[in-house]
Amino acid sequence: MQQAETLKQIAQPSFSDGIKDCIPTLLGYLSIGFAMGIVAVTSHLSILEIGLLAALVYAGASQFIICAMVAVHSPISAIILTTFIVNLRHLLLSATIAPHFKNSSLFKNIGMGLLLTDESFGVTVNKLAKREPITEQWLNGLNLTAYISWVISCLCGGVFGQWVKNPEIFGLDFSLTAMFVALLILQLHSMNPSKLNHYILLIIYMIIMMYGLSFFVSLDLAVIIATVIVSTIGVITDR
Amino acid sequence: MSLQPSILWIILGGMLVTSIPRILPFMIIRKLNLPEPVLKWLGYVPICILTALIVESTLKVPSHGITSINLTVILAIIPTCMIAIWRKSLLLTVIVGIITMAIIRFLLG
Repeated sequence: MQQAETLKQIAQPSFSDGIKDCIPTLLGYLSIGFAMGIVAVTSHLSILEIGLLAALVYAGASQFIICAMVAVHSPISAIILTTFIVNLRHLLLSATIAPHFKNSSLFKNIGMGLLLTDESFGVTVNKLAKREPITEQWLNGLNLTAYISWVISCLCGGVFGQWVKNPEIFGLDFSLTAMFVALLILQLHSMNPSKLNHYILLIIYMIIMMYGLSFFVSLDLAVIIATVIVSTIGVITDR
Repeated sequence: MSLQPSILWIILGGMLVTSIPRILPFMIIRKLNLPEPVLKWLGYVPICILTALIVESTLKVPSHGITSINLTVILAIIPTCMIAIWRKSLLLTVIVGIITMAIIRFLLG
């Protein structure tokens, strides 16, 4: 047992391990990115604009909203403010991952933060929940694979978008939700069984809170507010 | 291959506002030792935020009107959840989820 623990600590995951750990999430990036490109074409964005949007904004939900708002000629300021609110949850994701990289340089920390997504966050916390070590190289492998796949799939969607008008009918838009479901189940699975009831209770609180908040604030804000409140409940009710 | 100035501004502004929440914690947390309760609190964030993102996809909020539940998504989540519990595979869950959703949409027209 002792030996197994030591072995685990020695096996530091490499850049290529990061690429490997990204593979299960690729289908999500590819299908959503493809759908993104199609939506962007219908919002009259050029291929160059689609590529820049994917490479520089690099945020699935925000890119969809930007396209929708561009299509109805919303003011630039409103579009940027909405993008900010939609992506504000990254503060929480980033704050969860950052404590594990306190010894890395500022420059490398910025690099890891810039490419953080819901999916790479999910893969990272799953690795942590399984008590496996994470390294800078591993996270960079994971992040860069996701980033490149995302940009390419957005561009492909933009190129082929003329022929596929409605990506929804293929169920591809559901891949993101399916991925979150899998990541949540994997989290619960790697949890200490004695804590499971506590977590299930918190999930129920989250569902109630999200539904309730949706009557008062936008869903993006509801995500942040509900997470902050229920995580606090989690700490208080933890025995 | 055109690049409209307004779109360029949206992209650059979007880049700025999506970068800040991503890198700020990475820049700040290096400098300080977070107290135990804060670390504990951060430990609850993954479960909460993943739940929030799933619930978000099941809700529809029209600009004028009250929240409604997207039954198609709920219907697709059930088998997706079951396959995730049964096989514990990310990729398989995503594939089954996509197929389930396509079937449900086909059946419901």
